[in-house]
Amino acid sequence: MPDYPKPAWDFHGGLHIDGHKSESLATPLREAKIPASLTLPLQQHIGLAAEPVVQVGDEVLKGQLIARASDYVSANLHAPTSGRVTEIAERPIAHPSGLSAQCVVIQSDGQDRWTELPEPIADFREADPADLRERLRWAGIVGLGGAVFPTNVKTNTTGRTVDTLIINAAECEPYITCDDRLMRDHPGDVIDGALILQHIVSAARVLIGIEDNKPEAIAALQADIDTRGLDEVKLVVVPSKYPSGGEKQLIYLLTGIEVPSRGLPLEVGILCQNVATSAAIADAVLRGRPLISRIVTLTGKGIRQPGNLRVTIGTPIRDLVEEMGGYTGQAHRLIMGGPMMGFALGSDELPVVKGSNCFIAASREEIPDPLAASPCIRCGECVKVCPAQLLPQQLYWYARSRDFDKTQDHSLFDCIECGCCAYVCPANIPLVHYYRFAKTEIWAGERERGKADHARRRHEFHEARLKRLEEERQARLRKKKEALGKKSAAGGDPKKAAIEAAMKRVAAKKAAQGQEPSPEQARDQEKEA
Amino acid sequence: MHFPITSSPHLQGGNAIRSVMGQVLLALVPGTVALWWYFGWGVVINVALAGVTAVAAEWLVLKLRKRDPWPAVSDLSALVTAWLLALALPPLLPWWQTLVGSLFAIVLVKQLFGGIGFNPFNPAMAAYAFLLISFPADMTHWLQPSVLTGENLPLQETLQAIFQGTAVLGAQWDAISGATPLDHMRTELSRNLMISEIRQSPVWGDFGGLGWEWVGNWFLLGGLFLIWRGVISWRIPVSMLAALLLIAGMFWAVDPQTHPFPAFHLFSGAAILGAFFIATDPVSASTTPRGQLIYGALIGLLVFAIRTWGGYPDAVAFAVLLMNMAAPTIDHYTQPRVFGAREEDHG
Repeated sequence: MPDYPKPAWDFHGGLHIDGHKSESLATPLREAKIPASLTLPLQQHIGLAAEPVVQVGDEVLKGQLIARASDYVSANLHAPTSGRVTEIAERPIAHPSGLSAQCVVIQSDGQDRWTELPEPIADFREADPADLRERLRWAGIVGLGGAVFPTNVKTNTTGRTVDTLIINAAECEPYITCDDRLMRDHPGDVIDGALILQHIVSAARVLIGIEDNKPEAIAALQADIDTRGLDEVKLVVVPSKYPSGGEKQLIYLLTGIEVPSRGLPLEVGILCQNVATSAAIADAVLRGRPLISRIVTLTGKGIRQPGNLRVTIGTPIRDLVEEMGGYTGQAHRLIMGGPMMGFALGSDELPVVKGSNCFIAASREEIPDPLAASPCIRCGECVKVCPAQLLPQQLYWYARSRDFDKTQDHSLFDCIECGCCAYVCPANIPLVHYYRFAKTEIWAGERERGKADHARRRHEFHEARLKRLEEERQARLRKKKEALGKKSAAGGDPKKAAIEAAMKRVAAKKAAQGQEPSPEQARDQEKEA
Repeated sequence: MHFPITSSPHLQGGNAIRSVMGQVLLALVPGTVALWWYFGWGVVINVALAGVTAVAAEWLVLKLRKRDPWPAVSDLSALVTAWLLALALPPLLPWWQTLVGSLFAIVLVKQLFGGIGFNPFNPAMAAYAFLLISFPADMTHWLQPSVLTGENLPLQETLQAIFQGTAVLGAQWDAISGATPLDHMRTELSRNLMISEIRQSPVWGDFGGLGWEWVGNWFLLGGLFLIWRGVISWRIPVSMLAALLLIAGMFWAVDPQTHPFPAFHLFSGAAILGAFFIATDPVSASTTPRGQLIYGALIGLLVFAIRTWGGYPDAVAFAVLLMNMAAPTIDHYTQPRVFGAREEDHG
């Protein structure tokens, strides 16, 4: 491994873990077969699920929009191949809790015919950034590093100046090599995407952060940068240390700037994007293609021929495993993502989604069954490795005793769930699990509080409205009485006047009741309130 | 194909409490051998007695609590507690006192609070304090080091003394036993003697008591091993010893005739053992980096204060127990700065 100049900054903690990268890098990138049936979850991104724009029975072409973003933070979904929509229904999806969700199922016609695509924007430097962002929105591009946040939203700088664009090529998790493969085989796409992003946010410079365990990728990118003579694009090689690919960690490594706690990089003039996202952006802008495929690593001792595949979104994992020669018989656990932050899948029949970067079919030796946890002895190993500089042992203590206020005092929400603490814990405590539990409990509590507040406001408004109506009625009656009093004082038959008054009272009462708004009106009023 | 679901991270680095405790035991070996060298078989017998009692007690309590005793017993923590307690006991302490102390440490201070990880006090030191208060005469009557008496008591007689009482030794007992150097210094100072006069006595070596003064080095060796292995942090031992040296140095500088010179404090009693092995007990100590510095330094100051003005000759146990109580408060006020914390987040 060549020596690279060390970056000037280093984040606290982190781990040096065996990379296990070579296994899946031994074979070149291959194209996976398009399966007979593709399952496309409507939600493959952060935000609201997309709304289907096709119906069961519709013929679709490759690249045709099948579900559109239902909100600002949502993402379009396109048909990954041509065929017929056979179902729009709940299907099991790749989710940590093994949930099901609405999916569009497409039966491939085997012809893989493209729909009419939008014009490429070859001269993107002349294009309006808003048009480019619109193109990203159309293409359904989301962060492919795992966060799957809609890219057109992330690149909306809302008037803030972006000084530095950072391309995250660290790929710090063990086993995953899809970004490495992409950079080796398609360095031009990565750089194109970076330049497009740079233009969109008008960043002064572009830094590409990459770990030193990828010399081939480094060489490929550097060669591309040199041929184009790009002065404003710099490749920064960082030492291999997990989690250098954490957004805040990489930003600190490259710039020495700490992204404020619970804040966004934009606040410090930085935008960070993953390399695979960058390549997808190049595809969308320069070729007018939506995001319908991605590179996926298949590795682990449970897979016969580990390697990387270009995979059509919606392909069942099982098909990919078959493509790699099938299971070895050692496959004991299936992980999507890396072994540190990825989640275990219960079945291999789930479809590949935009965020699927890696599948590990791990043997019992690679990923042993969790050992029984024993009590925390507060040894402080976790403090040494926490890249967020938290006190994991204290957070654990408070999460365990459901003292959620205290967990927030100890900055629970700065936890990036990288898992370093649990990795080093001599008591084998699933620490991250406790933090996730505390976070979800706090969110649930906040939702409950929100609901309760809403109900209380409604109730108060309801009371106020009843009071107002009663006052109005009283006022009206008083006026009538006064008017009547004046009349009777002016003379006339007192008996007749009394009957008249009684009838008026009844009429007034009726009128008052009639004025009482219907429940729908009341709700509208409350909404306005 | 179907797979089991577990929570991330899916990798485990292979650290284990057993290996932490095992390394502590290993680090105790040189100091224990040194104690044996100077004070004879009583040291080893105490360690064995306390160890067997502690492990048996832990096993029994966990059985009573209807828990699987194996994980707790095999983590070696009871053995560490027992070993540390045994090192603090006089070598010829009656066997049943060692037993009671060991039981007190494991049953009352450790298991009644919930077992490993839940004890607010250092079990070994709580038991030491308990024994010291209950049996002050036996607990302060030490053997003289062999460098003074010529040779160690043979194994046979040591066993007799421990199990049948020191009376079996007859007149020999008075000849070979005496006060610890700290106790000696204390008594003589209370008789208004000057340090220069006190140090005329043959019990003194270059730094502390003859023989005694060299034991600390071996514990220091073990302590450095623990720091090198990352089992303990340097913060507590360094801040504790630095604070002890600093305050002892200040008083010595002002009046060297009534205050022993700083190295005396360092190489007498349990200062070094305490700094590396006792104050660093992670369960009962402060856990934040800054907190550990404060925690250690305050133990150092308390050790000096109790040795100088308190009612007991050595002070490590009391200083550690007092600071155990303060640890949660220290932790509360010394949270480290979180990555990216804004200025206004920290008042």
